[in-house]
Amino acid sequence: MSRHHLLPGRPSLRLFAVCYRNLLVWRKLAVPSLLGNLADPLIYMLGLGYGLGALLPSVAGTSYIHFLAAGTLCYSTMNGATFEALYSGFSRMHVQKTWDAIMNAPLSIDDIVIAEALWAAIKASFSGLAILLVAWALGLIGGAVALWLVPLIALVGFTFGALGLVMTVLAPNYDFFMYYFTLFITPMVLIGGVFFPLAQLPAGIQLLAQCLPLTHAVALARPLLGGSVPDDVGLHLGVLAGYAVFGLLAALVLARRRLLG
Amino acid sequence: MPLVVDSLYKRFGERAAVRDLSLTLRAGECYALLGPNGAGKTTTLRCVLGLVRASAGHIELCGHPIPEAARAARARVGVVPQIDNLDPDFTAAENLAVYGRYFGIASSALQARIPRLLAFAGLAGRGDDPIRTLSGGMKRRLTLARALVNDPDLLLLDEPTTGLDPQARHLIWERLRHLLSAGKTILLTTHFMDEAERLASRLAILDDGAMIAEGTPHELIERHIEPQVVEVFTRGGAGAADAVAWARTHAAHYAPRHETSGETVFCYVVDAAPLLAHLATQPGLRYLHRPANLEDMFMKLTGRELRD
Repeated sequence: MSRHHLLPGRPSLRLFAVCYRNLLVWRKLAVPSLLGNLADPLIYMLGLGYGLGALLPSVAGTSYIHFLAAGTLCYSTMNGATFEALYSGFSRMHVQKTWDAIMNAPLSIDDIVIAEALWAAIKASFSGLAILLVAWALGLIGGAVALWLVPLIALVGFTFGALGLVMTVLAPNYDFFMYYFTLFITPMVLIGGVFFPLAQLPAGIQLLAQCLPLTHAVALARPLLGGSVPDDVGLHLGVLAGYAVFGLLAALVLARRRLLG
Repeated sequence: MPLVVDSLYKRFGERAAVRDLSLTLRAGECYALLGPNGAGKTTTLRCVLGLVRASAGHIELCGHPIPEAARAARARVGVVPQIDNLDPDFTAAENLAVYGRYFGIASSALQARIPRLLAFAGLAGRGDDPIRTLSGGMKRRLTLARALVNDPDLLLLDEPTTGLDPQARHLIWERLRHLLSAGKTILLTTHFMDEAERLASRLAILDDGAMIAEGTPHELIERHIEPQVVEVFTRGGAGAADAVAWARTHAAHYAPRHETSGETVFCYVVDAAPLLAHLATQPGLRYLHRPANLEDMFMKLTGRELRD
């Protein structure tokens, strides 16, 4: 790796033109995109929430659909950002050479990577907000404090967008992403408190879960949705922001190495 | 000066992709970089644009030092890349609008400019067509129009007609001549000699990362190669004579410099008359007499072996 790839960059506001480009494409494909990002998690949330929930007396002191709504909100925001950064990002970077075209204009690779992370956050926010709206319509929201979920959704989207971009700029092909899903995303969903409380798990796994970003997203989202202020807000935000910063910096350095030769 | 490159070196690990390259473009000229595959043409362009950091040397693009002020320099430059990277999710007109925004051009200005650019590309009335419905030639012309969206001072074209049919190539050349007459400066890479001969006022031959010749097409041909070429082939069928065997016994007498490539003998001569008179007495051989061109010079300077 060249020393220059590690130096701080100077991004420009032109990066919003790249976000806007992605938004224009999304607008053309919005219907199938929304269907995939919204219908799928909703079916799970409603099916498991009311179906499985009917068998459960209460989970962590609340009804299962309440419990699951917060998990689904974080989970589908994470998925929205991850799929966008990985598959769509890889198409733009490697298959369509859209990034190459943009770099011939007065934009840098740093602009593009930051724009892609922001765009992943925006697109994931569509999913997260849609779930929030459905939760509100179903009367699952406990109070005005739930409005804090809006910035939280954006942060979760940005964090997973940035982490996903690290894989995108490392990937030789689409198959590479299976490692990320199988080794990171899927286990994290199962131990992160999305479907059942962390307390169910052995102590060692709980400790591992505390090191993962999704756990902290859920730990904030669940009380907020229920109408109360979460504990340890600083810690949870710190972990999410830490992953976001680490992901973005790693993606920047690796993208420079890959594309600036 | 639109572009000054001084003592440029670019190494990838142990391999030197560009070695001690210096060139200066004058405003309003078309300058061609010619070379076989792997000669360092594209690497040079990437260095010039500040996309790759040079190992050594100095570059000034549109008055800006590269790579320090690459962003400001690229705002004054238009690029037609070797590999098509039009946005497949957009129509022809949307491609131009989206690209214009990367230069910070206001929407109203773009809306006024786009019909003119489409007309220039011979795509008037096709603005709403999706990219996948355009032919290869149309895509190239749209890419050229996209490179003009910021009204650049300098155009960098990386093999602009590779993969196009003759009609499409001639149309691109005609458009490029139009741009030159409008005062644009062009830096072009190509491995087509006819393209360089037609468009370039000056050209440089690159081989293995280094410049081995520079000048106007005429100067280069005059300086490096005999003016006449006679290609001698074996005639098929009854009474055939073997051109290669003929070359062994006779060629040196008529053409002190000659080369055999497969079944063809290339004879380079100042005066072709004695050789032609001799060939008239050899009914078993076929021949083609023509003036020397850039390709002959290129082959002489870079050799005949493949560069895959």
